[in-house]
Amino acid sequence: MIDTVVHLLLLLLLPPLLLGVINKTKALFAGRVGAPFLQSYYDLWKLFRKGMVFSSATTWIFRAGPLVTFAAVLMAGLLVPLGPFDAPVAFAGDLILFAYLFGLARFFTTAAALDTGSAFEGMGAAREVTFSCLSEPALFFGFLVLAKQYGSLSLTGMLHGPAGGMPASVVAPIVLVAIGLFIVMLAETCRIPVDDPNTHLELTMIHEVMVLDHSGPLLGTVLYSASIRLFVLGSVLLHLVAPFQFGDPLLDWLAFVAELLALSVAIGVIESIMARLRMRRVPYLLTGALLLCGSGFILLVR
Amino acid sequence: MSRSYRDFAALSNGSSIPVAKIEPFGVEDFAQAILEAVAAGSRISSYFAVPREDGKGGESTELYALLADDARNTLLVGRSRVEGGSLPSIAAACPQAQLFEREIAEQSGLLPSGHPWLKRVRYHASWSGRDAFAGGAPSDGGAPGIEPGVGEFYRVEGDQVHEVAVGPVHAGVIEPGHFRFQCAGEKVFHLEIALGYQHRGVERAMLGGPDKRSLHYAETLAGDTTIAHASSYSQVLETMAACRPSARAQVIRGIALELERLANHTGDLGALAGDVGFLPTLSFCGRIRGDFLNMTALICGNRFGRGMVLPGGVGFDIEEGRAAELLKRLAAAERDTAGAVNLLWDTQSVMARFEDTGPVPREVALALGLVGPAARASGLSRDVRYDQASGIFRMAQIPVMSYDSGDVFGRAYVRWLEIQQSIAFIREQLLSLPSGPLEAEVKSLAPSSLAAALNEGWRGEVCHVAMTDSSGAFRRYKVVDPSFHNWAALAWSLREQEISDFPLCNKSFNLSYCGHDL
Repeated sequence: MIDTVVHLLLLLLLPPLLLGVINKTKALFAGRVGAPFLQSYYDLWKLFRKGMVFSSATTWIFRAGPLVTFAAVLMAGLLVPLGPFDAPVAFAGDLILFAYLFGLARFFTTAAALDTGSAFEGMGAAREVTFSCLSEPALFFGFLVLAKQYGSLSLTGMLHGPAGGMPASVVAPIVLVAIGLFIVMLAETCRIPVDDPNTHLELTMIHEVMVLDHSGPLLGTVLYSASIRLFVLGSVLLHLVAPFQFGDPLLDWLAFVAELLALSVAIGVIESIMARLRMRRVPYLLTGALLLCGSGFILLVR
Repeated sequence: MSRSYRDFAALSNGSSIPVAKIEPFGVEDFAQAILEAVAAGSRISSYFAVPREDGKGGESTELYALLADDARNTLLVGRSRVEGGSLPSIAAACPQAQLFEREIAEQSGLLPSGHPWLKRVRYHASWSGRDAFAGGAPSDGGAPGIEPGVGEFYRVEGDQVHEVAVGPVHAGVIEPGHFRFQCAGEKVFHLEIALGYQHRGVERAMLGGPDKRSLHYAETLAGDTTIAHASSYSQVLETMAACRPSARAQVIRGIALELERLANHTGDLGALAGDVGFLPTLSFCGRIRGDFLNMTALICGNRFGRGMVLPGGVGFDIEEGRAAELLKRLAAAERDTAGAVNLLWDTQSVMARFEDTGPVPREVALALGLVGPAARASGLSRDVRYDQASGIFRMAQIPVMSYDSGDVFGRAYVRWLEIQQSIAFIREQLLSLPSGPLEAEVKSLAPSSLAAALNEGWRGEVCHVAMTDSSGAFRRYKVVDPSFHNWAALAWSLREQEISDFPLCNKSFNLSYCGHDL
């Protein structure tokens, strides 16, 4: 019970901090002091107190977009076990629901973007769905490997694995899947090298351009959902790269938070030391992720 | 008898000539002569119309062309009388003339007959009361019907072809301009650029001068090119008033010009890094640009060099103490710039974005008449400091830095080469400042003359041409900012490229909107 409460609290409160950590890391690499760790919270607070402007060309879809997205990623967050603790909601086959909650969020984000009738937003929507054609199968292959290995079709079962750690035989596929899912995570959360969350250049954006017309609380919801998405996908990845447990709930929760912050630092480092890919090359990267996860599956069934 | 461009009057950069010494050509001969000259290797620096002085009004106009013959280090001036309302267009055969002809049409109302794509340039009413554009409104100042960016645009039709319009209001805080892309998916077929939103009417405001305001108009033609524009303006006045600034003043002008180049080139390299999402260089170059601006401020108290250059000399001295401080800061900035910029060339992911993006082949650069780093990145060796040297650059030459790839990398790399040359130049000059007064008196200007002064601003050639009436006041003041030549190359560089690379290409040229719109 306590674990469920902690799960909910972390899911709702921690995500914006991850963005703060990423931005701080980038600032340090750039030789700047950077914005405070809590800046994302201030930004959200500011946005939620603002008014909203709606283009007369938009319909209810435009307003529903951010809300459906928020609900979908929050629901996905309830399906993922955090650290060694079980997820609040778990049933056989919930990995399908998990993947398609992201699909639902994407559908409504792109529909809201198309609803504005703007050329930019249409372009952004086209890019988003094109790239997701590659990242979605990569995610599924990754899940397949885990499901096959641990004989469970529920996220809680397949991410936790057997007691006593991983058998040596699965290390190779797990490493491949971890790299693949890391790329998928970068793509899904619009980070460099796939997208640049800081750019103001409409023509180069993918995710940012789809939400250009949102303002005030709806924009806040979009940003909040994006940080939750990072939190959720990061938590999935942590099971693969850092499956440690101490047996003491307090220590385990602290370790989980520390691992998540370390992952944010890693993302920040990547963003600091490399440039964005050319748009034409992004599919190659995602295909690479797909191949990595697929090879993991082949290794396992051979 | 047909006449050739060899009959054009020759003059050197920063000198003047009585208008009577420029032989008038017939319009047809004139057009042919310009074509011949360009074919022989000259380029059009300036081409403009002037209402006839004898007060015949709108029906009689004179055309002036200033051609730069870089191989012979001279400028050629030709003129022609146009009776009636049209002139033969040479734009189809000589693409670098196209924008000049559109400008002539807009300002004077003359119709360049046969122009392949006659459109307004700055969307203002003509000065003469005539209008060369179909459906144009009568020209009484704020005429209705002329709005920037409104009008015909080139269109590509077809299945899956779509149009993307960007601006004039952008998502970042930048100058206004309107861009129309014709795309299929991510691929760009054609880009058309409409400017004019920043038109202030500087050329008209200069008429009747020089007066107290003139220098400030020149300084603010393009705020980031203050020194180059102010220098050209000052040189025009000096040559017409037969005034010679001291050697010391000329060296200080040269130092200020190179500091301006350093600040802007460094800022550009940082901005290019920012456009590909590479943060370290972005942040460091942003800071170092400030360091260079502060060096200019150390000399004259203003980061952009306002008040630095005056007709007759300079407004501020570099005393021994200040020279020592400048040398110290220069050494620090040199080290920092090298660190930040070399990081770009060493990072694979950055090079993957820069190389083969937005290529402008040499022939295209030649045909479009490009100037500045954009021309040098396409393999053209043209630099006013070398080809048409004036002031200190006659004595201390800076080697011309060029590269042959013509892509974003080329334009970035040429900037880096020039940064190193400029630093070496400033250091050398600071160590050997000649003595002399800061300012010489500029007396009244020679009547009925024409003077031209070119300077290599950081974007390229800044060209000022002034003409005086019989009382020695400006009867025409023509300014050509390097952006005027180079905008067409940006449009070209996007062909067959990805639309998502537009910001990167745009930044690699980093052209001025207000310098174009004047």
